[in-house]
Amino acid sequence: MSETIGYILLTVGIVFDVLGCIGLVRLPDVYNRLQAGTKCVTLGTAAILLSVLFFTGFNAISVKALLCIWFILITSPTAAHAISRAAHRSGIRLWKGSVLDRYAEDREGAEDKP
Amino acid sequence: MKRFIHFFIIMTVWLLLTWSLNWQELLVGVLVALFAELLLGDIFPIEGVRIFHPRRFFWLIVYFWVFLWAMIRSNFDVAYRVLNIYLPINPGIVKVRTKLTSDMGRTFLANSITLTPGTMTVDMIGDHLYIHWINVQSPDIQKDTEIIVRHFERILERIFE
Repeated sequence: MSETIGYILLTVGIVFDVLGCIGLVRLPDVYNRLQAGTKCVTLGTAAILLSVLFFTGFNAISVKALLCIWFILITSPTAAHAISRAAHRSGIRLWKGSVLDRYAEDREGAEDKP
Repeated sequence: MKRFIHFFIIMTVWLLLTWSLNWQELLVGVLVALFAELLLGDIFPIEGVRIFHPRRFFWLIVYFWVFLWAMIRSNFDVAYRVLNIYLPINPGIVKVRTKLTSDMGRTFLANSITLTPGTMTVDMIGDHLYIHWINVQSPDIQKDTEIIVRHFERILERIFE
């Protein structure tokens, strides 16, 4: 029973990881790509790590996997935030189909604008 | 007291990672915990400890399920956009306002927004968050705040404020 759940979680995780990679290729600019990368890869990897719990039972290995889920949940969005902020500050424009950019509007007067 | 709590948290994580009570492991753990505490103790937010209050902890559990549901929805949202041949995106950076004041609450809010459907935090200046939205629905600050921030803020207020 628990192996079946493990296989289901493993499949779900791999499917979402693949979707994240497709998004990384198809979407137009760095911000949209980060969106696909962060969301899908976070849940996909978390599901794969959670499947370890169902394969091995509650022991040293699965506790490490659970801790890794916690670390990924904290670090992945933080990294996306840092990358997108750095990209915007170093002057990378949004995709030409974007409808508005409040961040650039508010930073018009900032002196470190490139 | 504050230092002791930090030490206790670091030591718990160490014990979970090594999963053994051998005295050699424990000795290294104590040394590493002391070192980490001396190095990083000043920047560790003390408000984080408040969540062990029972009422706050209850709302943290509620928040976990709300967050999980939002995360699953966001994955299907990305899947829909990526697999559609017309690529239905309408991106832009909007500005929203938060009422939270504690650092920990704001961190949780920003990270939760990043992991929920179509939104990603780019920067925070003062009380305003700048959010990259894959499908902008309105340019109005009030309305965007209502859509993106409100449902998380209501619960995070009870946990961290």
